[in-house]
Amino acid sequence: MNVTATIVFVALFGLVTVLGFFASRWKKADLDSLQEWGLAGRRFGTLITWFLLGGDLYTAYTFIAVPALIFGVGAYGFFGVPYTILVYPFAFLVFPRLWAVAHRHGFITPADFVRARYGSRWLALAIAITGIVATMPYIALQLVGIEVVIGALGLPTTGFLGELPLIVAFAILAAYTYTSGLRAPAMIAVVKDMLIYITIIAAIIVIPAQLGGYAKIFAAAAPDNLLLKSPTADSAGGYSSFLTASIGSALALFLYPHAMTAMFSASGTNALRRNTVWLPAYSLVLGFIALLGFMAIAAGVKNLPEYSAQFQQYGTNFAVPALFLHSFPSWFAGIAFAAIGIGALVPAAIMSIAAANLYTRNVHREFINPNVNSKQETQLAKTVSLVVKLGALAFILLLPMQYAIQLQLLGGVWMIQTLPAIFPGLYTRWFDHRGLLLGWVAGIVSGTGMVASTGFKSSTYPLEIFGYTLPGYAAVYALLLNFAVSAAITVLVRLLGLKPAPDATVAQDYEDPATDDASSLRPDISNVPAVD
Amino acid sequence: MSHPRPKKIWYWLLTLPYIAIFWLPFYNRIEPTLFGMPFFYWYQLLWVVLSSVIIALVFKLAHGSGKRGGQS
Repeated sequence: MNVTATIVFVALFGLVTVLGFFASRWKKADLDSLQEWGLAGRRFGTLITWFLLGGDLYTAYTFIAVPALIFGVGAYGFFGVPYTILVYPFAFLVFPRLWAVAHRHGFITPADFVRARYGSRWLALAIAITGIVATMPYIALQLVGIEVVIGALGLPTTGFLGELPLIVAFAILAAYTYTSGLRAPAMIAVVKDMLIYITIIAAIIVIPAQLGGYAKIFAAAAPDNLLLKSPTADSAGGYSSFLTASIGSALALFLYPHAMTAMFSASGTNALRRNTVWLPAYSLVLGFIALLGFMAIAAGVKNLPEYSAQFQQYGTNFAVPALFLHSFPSWFAGIAFAAIGIGALVPAAIMSIAAANLYTRNVHREFINPNVNSKQETQLAKTVSLVVKLGALAFILLLPMQYAIQLQLLGGVWMIQTLPAIFPGLYTRWFDHRGLLLGWVAGIVSGTGMVASTGFKSSTYPLEIFGYTLPGYAAVYALLLNFAVSAAITVLVRLLGLKPAPDATVAQDYEDPATDDASSLRPDISNVPAVD
Repeated sequence: MSHPRPKKIWYWLLTLPYIAIFWLPFYNRIEPTLFGMPFFYWYQLLWVVLSSVIIALVFKLAHGSGKRGGQS
C-alpha cells in the first residue's frame, strides 16, 4: 500500500465530505422544495455554473477512459476533443432557448418540456425512462473510476475488504446528496476542478520532460496509430467513425439528464452563453489528458512488473494511474488520485439527482399519484436518488465491470434518440407527438440492434451503402432513422387529419426573459392538458 | 425593460468550428509538427481555443456586451 498517497487521498476526500454537508447552508432556502433541492433555486451565476457543468460533463471516467482509448487504439481515441469543440457553438444557440422556456414554466426535467410542448404524457414518459436508464450505467462507471484509483493506491481490491472503500465513498456521497441536493456537487466541483487543473498542469510539464519531449513521446507510439486510417475505394476508413463519434457524442452530451439539470440551475441565459465561451477550457484539459495515453506508452508502464496485477484487473483503464504512480512523487500521486476520485463524486451526485427528478416528475406524479404536494415530491426525489445510487453500487459489486461499460455504450445510443423531441421542439411545433414516439421506438430498436450485431463490444457500425462501407457511430445512424420515421408519421397524421395535441408554450417563452418579473412566470405544469 | 433583438446574422460564424473539424483530409497528417506534436493533435487543440474565441465574438457582436436584464 502506498501510505503517503493514501493519506493525501483520504484527507482531501474528508475535506469534500465536510463541504458536501456544509453546502446545505449555502444560498440558504427551503430544501423541502424540489426547485431548491433539485435545481438549487436556479440561482447559480456564471462562475458556479462553469464549475458545476465542468465537473458534470468531464467526469472521472472521462479522465480514465479517454487516455485509455488512446493508449489502446491511438488517434481515434482523440475524438473526445473535436466532440467538445462541436458541442459549444451548438449549445450557445440552443441552451438559452431551453433555459428560457424551462424558467418561465418551472420545468425541472427535459421531459417536463416535452410534456408541455407536445401535450403527450407517453412521449414525456419515453424521454424520462430513456434518461433514467441511460444514467444508471453512467453512475456505475463513475464507481469504476473510484475503483481504479483505489486499486492504484495499493489497497486490497478483492473480497469484502476490497469493496469496503467503495461502499464508504458511496455512503458519504449518498448522505450529502440527500441532505444538500444540487448544492453539494456544486460546492465540491470547485475543489475537484482545482485539483484537476493542478494535476494536469503538473503532468504536461513534468512527464514530457522526464520522457525527453513530445517528439520522443509520439515516436514511441505505433506509427499506424498516430493518424486515422485514410478512406479507400470501398470504405471511408477511420474518417466516418471519427466524425460520427464526435458529432454523435456532442449531440448526446446535453441530452443527458445530468447536463440538463446543471444547465437549468443557471441564473440566466447570459450565464449560459458565457459558459459556452469558457467551458472549452476543460476541453483543452481533456485534450492534454488524452495525450497522457501516448505518454503512458512512451513510459512503458505496461511492461513494468509492479503494475502488472492492476493492468490485469483494470485493463487499459490503468494506463493513467500507472503513469502517475511512475512519474510523480507519492504525495502528488495522492492529489492526482483524489482529483479523479472526487471527480467521480460530482457527476454521480448530479446524475442521481437528475434521475430522481425524472422519476418524481414524469413517472410518479404523472402516472401514479398526481396529488403529491411540493414537500412530498421533494421527499420522494431524495429517496429515489438513494435508490438510484444503491442500484449503481450493486451493479458494480455484483456484475463484471465490462457490463457497465457496454451498457454505457448503449446508453449513449439510446440517449440521442430523445433529440428529435427536444431540440427541434425549441424552434418548431411541426413534428406530431405520435411521430416522435414512433421515431423514438425506431431509433432505440435499430440502435440497439446495431450495437448487438457487434456482440455489444463496440458502438461503431459498418453501414454499407451500394457496396461502400461507412463505419460510424450507431447512435447517429439510428438518429437518422428516428428523424425519418418521425417526419413520415407526422405527414401521415396530417394527411389523415388526426386531432393535434395542445401546446402549452408560446413563441415568446423561448426568447430571453425581458425582465425578472415573477408575474411573467407560469410555474405549474400540473394542469397542462394532455391528449393521452 | 426589454431586450433589443439579437443580431442573428453573426450566428453564422458558429459554423466555422464545424468546417474546421469536418475537413479531416486537411488535418489528418503528421507534418508540420509543433514541439514534436503531430499536426493532427495540435490543430485540434488549437481549434478548442479558436472555437472559444469565436463564441465570445459572436456573443459580443450579436448580443452586445451581454450585461443586461440583471442576468449575471
